[in-house]
Amino acid sequence: MSERFFKTLLHRPLLTVLAMLALIVFAAMGAQKLVFKSDYRVFFGPENPQLQAFEAMQKVYTKSDNVAFVIAPKDQVIFSPDHLAAIQKITTESWQVPYSTRVDSVTNYQYSHAEEDDLLVEDLVSDPQSMDAAELQAALKIAVEDPLLQKRLISPSAHVAVVNVTLQLPGVNPVEEVPAVASKVRAIRDQIVAEHPDLDVMLSGVVMMNTSFAEASINDSSTLVPLMFLVVAVTIGLMLRTVTGTISSVVIILTTIAATMGLAGWMGFYLTGPSAAAPTVILTLAVADCIHILATLFYEMRHGVEKRKALLDSLKINLQPVFLTSATTAIGFLAMNFSDSPPFRDLGNMVAMGVMIAFVLSITLFPALLMLLPLQVKQKQEEDSDMMLALSGFVIRNRRILLPAMTAILIVISLFVPRNELNDDSVKYFDQRVEFRQATDFMQDNLSGMATIELSLDSGVSSGINSPEFLQTVEDFSNWLRTQPETEHVNTITDIIKRLNKNMHGDDPSYYKLPDSQELAAQYLLLYEMSLPYGLDLNNQLNVDKSSTRIIGTFKNLTNNEQIDVENRIAAWFAQHAPQYQLTMASPTLMFAHIGQRNIISMVSGTLVALLLISLLLGFALRSVRFGLISLLPNLLPAGVAFGIWGLSVGQIGLGLSVVASMTLGIVVDDTVHFLSKYLYARRNRNATSEQAVQYAFGSVGRALWVTTFVLVCGFMVLAQSTFKVNAEMGLMTAITILIALIVDFLFLPPLLMKLDNEKNITSTDHSAQGAAHVS
Amino acid sequence: MSLKYPLLAITLTSLSITSTFTLAETAEEKGRNIMIEMDKRDTGWQDMQAGMQMILRNAQGEESVREIRMKSLEQENDGDKSLTIFDEPKDVKGTAFLSFSHVDKDDDQWLYLPALGRVKRISSSNKSGPFMGSEFSYEDMGSFEIDKYSYNFIKEEPCGNLTCLVVESFPKDKKSGYTRRISWVDNSEYRMQKLDFYDRKNSLLKTLSFEGYQQYAGQFWRADKLKMQNHQNGKSTELVWSGYQFKSGLDDADFNKNALKRAR
Repeated sequence: MSERFFKTLLHRPLLTVLAMLALIVFAAMGAQKLVFKSDYRVFFGPENPQLQAFEAMQKVYTKSDNVAFVIAPKDQVIFSPDHLAAIQKITTESWQVPYSTRVDSVTNYQYSHAEEDDLLVEDLVSDPQSMDAAELQAALKIAVEDPLLQKRLISPSAHVAVVNVTLQLPGVNPVEEVPAVASKVRAIRDQIVAEHPDLDVMLSGVVMMNTSFAEASINDSSTLVPLMFLVVAVTIGLMLRTVTGTISSVVIILTTIAATMGLAGWMGFYLTGPSAAAPTVILTLAVADCIHILATLFYEMRHGVEKRKALLDSLKINLQPVFLTSATTAIGFLAMNFSDSPPFRDLGNMVAMGVMIAFVLSITLFPALLMLLPLQVKQKQEEDSDMMLALSGFVIRNRRILLPAMTAILIVISLFVPRNELNDDSVKYFDQRVEFRQATDFMQDNLSGMATIELSLDSGVSSGINSPEFLQTVEDFSNWLRTQPETEHVNTITDIIKRLNKNMHGDDPSYYKLPDSQELAAQYLLLYEMSLPYGLDLNNQLNVDKSSTRIIGTFKNLTNNEQIDVENRIAAWFAQHAPQYQLTMASPTLMFAHIGQRNIISMVSGTLVALLLISLLLGFALRSVRFGLISLLPNLLPAGVAFGIWGLSVGQIGLGLSVVASMTLGIVVDDTVHFLSKYLYARRNRNATSEQAVQYAFGSVGRALWVTTFVLVCGFMVLAQSTFKVNAEMGLMTAITILIALIVDFLFLPPLLMKLDNEKNITSTDHSAQGAAHVS
Repeated sequence: MSLKYPLLAITLTSLSITSTFTLAETAEEKGRNIMIEMDKRDTGWQDMQAGMQMILRNAQGEESVREIRMKSLEQENDGDKSLTIFDEPKDVKGTAFLSFSHVDKDDDQWLYLPALGRVKRISSSNKSGPFMGSEFSYEDMGSFEIDKYSYNFIKEEPCGNLTCLVVESFPKDKKSGYTRRISWVDNSEYRMQKLDFYDRKNSLLKTLSFEGYQQYAGQFWRADKLKMQNHQNGKSTELVWSGYQFKSGLDDADFNKNALKRAR
C-alpha cells in the first residue's frame, strides 16, 4: 500500500508540492496568534502550592512586582546635590510608569522626627540643590542608619542607591503590559543618563526579569536559528555533497517549523522562554529524517539505479526506521507533559508535533521536491567505510579490555550524579550578556539581591498587630532573622513603630523601643498613616483588619536547598517561640526553590513512562525481548553519564536540566535501534557470528550514525549558546548526552553483544529488521 | 405638545441650543460655575455632626470595620474646621483629630493620643495618603474648597433617573495623589452622584459613588452611603453615615486643642 502511495506521489511531484505547500501555509497562518508571555509566573502551573500561597498573599497586601533603578555615580557619592536631584527626578518620573502604585527612594523616604511637641513627617530630601555640606551629611547619616533604607535603597557606604517602583500589573494582557513598563523605565533611564553622564543607571526587578524572558528569546531566534540553518546546510553539503539535497532539506526544515509553530498558534499555545526553543530543537531533529532518505537515495543512484526508482527504494526502506525513530523521539518529548512547569510541557508537545510533521513532510514533500529538482550523483569512493571498518576491527580486537574498561568508566562517572545540587535561581536563568543579569548582579554585590521570602504573620484577632506580645514576637523574630548568615535585609513594621515611639518622646533615643501598650502602638500607627503621602502607605505591610503583618526578608543568592533550609529554620523558630500565630511564607524565590524538586520528581515518572513505551516499541521492532532488554543499557547510560559529568564540572541543576533525561531518551534510542537492527539482521539473515554481525553493523550504519550525531550535537551546541541559560544548559546537556550515546553505541554495546550473544548463532526467518536495512 | 406641534418642539429645542452657544461661556467657566453652584447650595449649614461607619474590604474579601464621629464648623472665608473622634477599633478609642483646612497653605492639624495623654501637632503637607488604611485619602475626606482646583465642563448626560453635569477638576496642590477628578453632579439639586479619580499617571484609580441622599435642615443634601472602589488593587471602602445634625450651635471653642482632649 505504501508503495502505491509513494508511486502516486512521485508521479505528480508538482501537484504534491503545491498541495503540501497549501496545507503548510494554512497551518502556518496560526503563527500570528502565537504570542510571548513575559511573566516568570508561567513557570508555575495554577495548581502549584507555592504560587497559590504567593497569589493569596499578594491579594491581602499589595503586589510586589517591581522595577529597581540602580544608580551608581562614577565618583561613588550619592549624597551630592546633583546626584540627589537625579534620584529625585527618577522618583518623580517613575510615577508616570504604567501601573506604578508606589515609588520608594532615599529622596522621598518619609522621615519622621520631633520638633518640640510637633511631629514632622517629610521627604528626607526635598530640595537637593539648596543643601549645604552639613545638611547632606545629616541626610546621609539618617539614610544609612535607617534599617528600612540600609541595603534596600542605599548601600552601606552610600555609593549606590536604588529607586524602587512597585507595580500593580492587571495581568489582563501580559503581552503588552510588561513591554509598556519596560519601555517607559528605559526612557527615564536614558533621559537621566543623558542629563547626568557621570551616573550609571541600571534596571533590575521582577518586571525587568519578565521582559528579559521575551527579549532573550527574540534575541536567540535572530541569532541562533540562522546559525543553526548554516550548520545544517554546511553539514549536509559537506557530508553528502549535494546542492539539491541541501536545498530540499532546508525547505523541509523551514516548512516543518512554520507548520508546527502555526499549528501551535491555532491550538492556543503561547511562547515562553523554554518553548521558544522549539524551532531550534525541531530544526535539529528534522535533519535526521532527510539525511537517512538522502543517504539511501545516493547509495542506490551510485549503483546505477534510476532516480525515480532510487527514491522509491529509499522511501520503502526508510519508512519504518524513520517512523520508528520519529515516534520514539516524539514519545520522549511527550513525556515532558509530566513536568510541573507548563513551558516545558509546551516545549515537549510542540517538538513532538514538529517531529511528526517532519516525518510526514520528509516522506511526501521531500521526495516530490527531489523529483522536481535536478539531481546528479558523482561516482565517488566512500572513505569513511574504511574508517568504520578500522573502528569495528579495533572494537572486536579489544573487546575483552573494552567491556570491563568501559563499564568501569561509565559506572564511575555515573557515581557523580548525586554531586549535582538543585539550584533554580531565576536571576541566573540569564547569562552575563543579558542586561538584567548585569544589573541584578551589581545590585547584589552592592546592596542586596532579589532572593526574598515574604512572611505573613497572623495574630488571629482584629487589630492584633498592635498588641505588645505580637509586636515583641515580630521584633524578636526580625532580630533573629538579621543574625542569620544568609540575611541581607529585613523589612518589618516594628522598625517604624520604634521610630515613632522615639519621635513622640521628643526624639529621645532611649525611647527607640516598642511601646508597652496596644493603644499606644495603635495610635502611633493611626497618626503616622495620616501623615503619609500618596502611595507610601502601610498597606503593603498590614492587612485591612490590622490582624496580620507582612515581613520581607532579603537574602544572599542561595541554592534551592539553602533557601528551603532558611524556610525550614524560620518555620522552626515560630514553632518554638510563637506557635499561637499563624505563619505563611511565600515569594517567587520560594516558588523557584521548590519547582526544581517538584519537577524532578514528576519528570522521573515521566521518564519511566517514556522508557516503558519506547522499550515496548523497540522490543516490537526488534522482535526480541532479550535484545529489548539489552537495549535498555545503551539507552539509559548516556543520561546517567552526562549527569555524572555535569556533577563533576558544574554541579548545579536547574529546571531546564530536569527534563533532559526524558527528552534525550527518545533521541539516543535512534542510534541503538539502527545499530541493533543491523546487528540482528546479520545474525538472523546472514548466519553471521557475533563478531561478523558487529562488523556488519559498523559497516552499514556507522557512518549514518556519526553523521546524524554530528548534526544533533552541532544543533544542540548552537542552542547552548542561548543567553537564556535554561535553554543553553538544556542544549549543552543534550549535546553531551547524545555524544556519549554514540560512544556507548560504538565502544560499549558491541563488546556487550559479543559477550552476551556469543554462544550460538541465531537463525530466524523473521525479516523485521530488514525494514531498517539501509544507508552507506 | 410634541405630537400636536412637532414644528414648535423642534423650534424650541433649536432655540435652547442656540442660547447655550450665545451665552459663550467657556468650558472652564461652566465647570467652575457648576461647582460654585454646588458649593453655594451647601453653604449656610453653620455646623454639622454625624457618625460614620467605615467598612474596608480587600481583594481577598476580608472585611474590617472602623467607627468615627465627625464635627465640622463652617468658615466664611477659609476652609472649614473639623474634629474627628475615633471610636473603633478599641485600641484607638478616644483618639481625636483636629484640622483647620486652608485654601492657600498647608492645613493645621493636631492629634490627641489618649494613650500618650498628649496633643501632637502634625506638620505635614501630605494629604494624599490613605485615611485609616482605607481607600479614602485624607484629601478625599477633607472639606471641599472651590479654589483648590481648576475646572473643565465636559458634557451633560443621564445618570440613573437624573441628568448629570460632568465636570473635570484638576487639583492645584502639587502633592495631590491625582491628576484629575471627574464629577457627576445632578442638575436638579447639584448633588455629587459619582466621582472618578485619576492617579498621577492619569489612569483611572478609584470611583466614589453616592447612595441614599437625604435632605437635612430643609436644605442640605447628604448621602447615607459612600462607596469607594479602587480599580487597581481591588480593595474597596464603604462609608455609612448616620445621625446627621445641623446647626446645633457648635462654635470655635469646640474646635481647639482643649476640645481635642475632651472630645471622646
